[in-house]
Amino acid sequence: MATGVFSEGRAKIAQRTLRTDKWWIQPLITVGVLFSFIVYATWRALENAHYYAEPLISPFYSPCLSTTCVSGSSLLGTPFGHILIFGMVLSPAFIILIFPLGFRMTCYYYRKAYFRSFWMSPPACAVAEPHAKYTGETKAPLIVNNGHRYFFYIGLVFNTLLTIDAFLAFKNPEGQWGHMSLGTVVLLLNATFLWGYSASCHSCRHAIGGRLRHFSKHPFRYKAWTIVSKLNTKHQNFAWVSLIWVAFSDFFVRMVSLHPTWNKYFF
Amino acid sequence: MTLEKHKYDVVIIGAGGAGLRAAVEAREAGLSVAIVCKSLFGKAHTVMAEGGAAASMGNVNDNDNWMVHFRDTMRGGKFLNHYRMAELHAKEAPDRIWELEMWGALFDRTNEGKISQRNFGGHEYPRLAHVGDRTGLELIRTMQQRIVALQQQDAKEHGDAEKNMKVFAEVTITEILKENGKIAGAYGYRRESGSEVLFQAPAVVIATGGVGKTFKITSNSWEGTGDGHALALKAGANLVDMEFLQFHPTGMVWPLSVKGILVTESVRGEGGILTNSLGERFMFKYIPDVFIDKYADNEAEADRWYEDQDNNRRPPELLPRDEVARAINSEVKAGRGTEHGGVFLDVSKRLSAEVIKKRLPSMWHQFYELAGVDITKEPMEVGPTCHYVMGGVEVEPDSAAAVGVPGLFAAGEVAGGMHGSNRLGGNSLTDLLVFGRRAGKGAADYVKANGANPVSDAAIEKAAAKIEAPFTSTGGENAYTLHQELQEITHNLVGIIRTGAELTEAIEKIADIRKRSGNISVTGDRKFNPGFHLAFDLDNMLLVAESTAKSALLREESRGGHTRDDFPGMNSTWRQVNHISSFDGDKVSIKSQPLPVLPKELFDLFDVHELEKYMTSAEIAKGGSN
Amino acid sequence: MARTLKLRIWRGDDKTGGLQDVTVEANHGEVVLDIIHRVQATQMGDLAVRWNCKAGKCGSCSMEINGKPRLACMTQVASYPEDEVITITPLRAFPVIKDLVTDVSFNYKKAMEIPAVVMPEGMKPGEPRMQQVDVERSQEFRKCIECFLCQNTCHVIRDHEENKKSFSGPRFFIRIAELDMHPLDMLRNRKKTAQEEHGLGFCNITKCCTEVCPEHIKITDNAIIPMKERVADEKYDPVRWLGSKIRRREEVL
Repeated sequence: MATGVFSEGRAKIAQRTLRTDKWWIQPLITVGVLFSFIVYATWRALENAHYYAEPLISPFYSPCLSTTCVSGSSLLGTPFGHILIFGMVLSPAFIILIFPLGFRMTCYYYRKAYFRSFWMSPPACAVAEPHAKYTGETKAPLIVNNGHRYFFYIGLVFNTLLTIDAFLAFKNPEGQWGHMSLGTVVLLLNATFLWGYSASCHSCRHAIGGRLRHFSKHPFRYKAWTIVSKLNTKHQNFAWVSLIWVAFSDFFVRMVSLHPTWNKYFF
Repeated sequence: MTLEKHKYDVVIIGAGGAGLRAAVEAREAGLSVAIVCKSLFGKAHTVMAEGGAAASMGNVNDNDNWMVHFRDTMRGGKFLNHYRMAELHAKEAPDRIWELEMWGALFDRTNEGKISQRNFGGHEYPRLAHVGDRTGLELIRTMQQRIVALQQQDAKEHGDAEKNMKVFAEVTITEILKENGKIAGAYGYRRESGSEVLFQAPAVVIATGGVGKTFKITSNSWEGTGDGHALALKAGANLVDMEFLQFHPTGMVWPLSVKGILVTESVRGEGGILTNSLGERFMFKYIPDVFIDKYADNEAEADRWYEDQDNNRRPPELLPRDEVARAINSEVKAGRGTEHGGVFLDVSKRLSAEVIKKRLPSMWHQFYELAGVDITKEPMEVGPTCHYVMGGVEVEPDSAAAVGVPGLFAAGEVAGGMHGSNRLGGNSLTDLLVFGRRAGKGAADYVKANGANPVSDAAIEKAAAKIEAPFTSTGGENAYTLHQELQEITHNLVGIIRTGAELTEAIEKIADIRKRSGNISVTGDRKFNPGFHLAFDLDNMLLVAESTAKSALLREESRGGHTRDDFPGMNSTWRQVNHISSFDGDKVSIKSQPLPVLPKELFDLFDVHELEKYMTSAEIAKGGSN
Repeated sequence: MARTLKLRIWRGDDKTGGLQDVTVEANHGEVVLDIIHRVQATQMGDLAVRWNCKAGKCGSCSMEINGKPRLACMTQVASYPEDEVITITPLRAFPVIKDLVTDVSFNYKKAMEIPAVVMPEGMKPGEPRMQQVDVERSQEFRKCIECFLCQNTCHVIRDHEENKKSFSGPRFFIRIAELDMHPLDMLRNRKKTAQEEHGLGFCNITKCCTEVCPEHIKITDNAIIPMKERVADEKYDPVRWLGSKIRRREEVL
């Protein structure tokens, strides 16, 4: 039986949408960028090499928790030994990437992005979606999206580690402090964007003050909430910038690992 | 087709603030209530009110009390108000605001957490409870949600939400039915299907709002067609003082899409200046003698006032509404108007774009989104717009019962007397609540005392025949065209400045349109057919226009919302007179009726020197009744 | 500055209907509702359309213009290029009655399912004290003019008629959020009912409601997501659930 805009009783209009603007551009761009990122990230995770160029570590591999990690790259030790799957060593990237991936998959902004572009539910406002049934986030697996806050908390741990990585980049390849290179800037920016992305997160906004009923009784949390609320309006921008910059940071580290001279030192 | 029939204790016509408040009161008194409205539930014109609701709660200035509010209201109405209505209104307004809060309204707050109150023209203290500039929306939504809450209670207790109170949205009432001289019900049709509906009820509350659509330029929505005024007249009730209409000086005249929409007074308060097509700041020429010591007579001083209000006189743009409206009108009539028949109002010269957007956000949005005009860069074109009718159904103040028709009640803009010859901003929202409640209670008391009054078949047949008429007529008149013609007549001849000759002409022309309106034919069928709907609305507007023109012709003075070019002054003997319109089935006739005399205790609230400006020396000597 | 405008207006009822070509004059500065009125007065006396205030304040003239849910009174003709044909249809998520008028009773039914504010017992009129910062969030949602464009554009019901029974829609999520954030409301099961009775979980945050809101209410960011987070506090966050059992935080907050 016809449903949606073709349901019995609704105005009989043959088209799925009468929009005349280029509504499909936005989802197309989203698909393009997200797909490229996934391809690149998967390839880099599988590559299991060129992720460390003293003192720079790729954010895809930090913290490097496996005994297969390149020496010097394991800030937190190697609690996992090494994991074999079908006799092949699992890239240490996979051990950790699941967390930032989870943070982004459950993110309130990315949900809009992927539901519109990949799942076309709906592809754009007032454009009929192709699915016959829809239950949203009421059932597994999408019900997991309700646990966004836990990924947010874990994300804070990663942000801290990646910030430490950025500070470690004030060393030179010989391990002496007080130097600064292109790589330092790249990793500092990476950490900044990630903090921006986390601080502007909707779960953060809720935790910091959104769950309160009486702001007037919590002036400091209210103040914090107003600041996070301002950042929150830019959550989409932080989401994209931080995503692209993470990939770029990884790419930069890879290139430095191959061509150490690329990492120009300022001092 | 079988006729849809309903039986209720009380039928309320109109679902604006007054109607809904009446419904709540009657329901809480234990009666069954039908709420009938022309639009969807919650769309009534009440949503358009911006400034606030005046009530002397004294939250911001504790010198305020009902006596001060009463005085302000009487002054604003130039002492033509029914004193008892003004008294009840001033006394009860705070309670009506406070109960809204209990029903979920969220007004802006003071630092102490009380309801905040703002200043407004004519009010001595900050008195208007408000929510930004959308107070009317807050009021209508709160009332709507109160109705829903009562229905939820019924659902819980009786399993039927609509057992005691039901909203009949998109139904037009065409006739109020009487049997044995008393109210028996109401008859109308569903706009959606065109099918007819009969309500049997011993009490009817009219709360239909205003008459703005009678005029060409108005801030009112399509619903303001004077339905209640006309229904009451036809049912044998009287209208009082229909000559008094409030024209807001600054309505949009251009672009066409926003013609009539209000430009809030604050634009002038923030420094907007009025100029004519010659670029002349003309208001300096229009300062009346009584105001000469309060208003600047040169631009330099007027400009300084915005910086230093203690040592300079106010700019003449801030004269009372009626003065500014008349000045704009004169400029346009003298050929110094803009291309589209208005004058320029400009804030862009005095204030920076940033400041304009901060202080007048809704105005900036209104122009930018509705009209594509950026008021930070270009002037607005404005002219007077018909805003509010002070006249209306003559009622007993305490019960809101319509005089002369047992079982009929009226509240809100459709009722007359409360505002005298001119309404103060902010008084209408509390008027709705105070008298809406009283009408609901009045109706409940009446029903309990009188019981049912069945409708006869003959009355039903007669009402049904009237609805069928436009479909069987072959006269060929177009309702849209007639409406436009009527609006031209009222605009040109019964507008803001009137003369005896023009009013006489208007009365003839309106009669002519009335004759032609008998020949309206409608295309299409009954299903949601706006042409068919307009035929009925037009009939109501014609009666209202006739009543206004005739009352205006009789009143040979200028007062508040009635200005006669041939009788420019205010005259104390005319203050003692109300004009009562009645309808004999063929034409409206007007009679003079003495205004109720202010009782001594209210008389004594005023400084006698102030009263001397309004009253005759005989009245002053008497010092009120008793 | 008149221009000749080509329109396609959907006319019909719940059984049949289609787009009809109309040519009409348009003046400078007019909005689509002005044009519809001109068509009504000169060509189609019985063209059905709902409208009231014509100032973007009542939310009556909701329709779809070139496929986008909009208020006709807030849509400038000049926003379309000279040669563009403007297509006007009724809302497509609700049953049509006639021409541009739809049956929006769904929304009034849903409104009936949300209990009103419950003020503290014994509190008398005039007694409530609330701080401005505490009412501001709810005030944003009370700006709603009930145009139902958000309801119309929400794919959960627009594209799935069968979801109407279990999903109340964005307009009512802001109503629930308004009450849940009301500083004095005593009914404290609103989060639970939002999820279990009103279908908050159906929302997948695609934000079309926010996109079409003529009042610019941030429906998704300020109401739906905060409500989802509050629901998570109660239903999906074991730590907070435990905390609430131990300390009854709700009262403290």
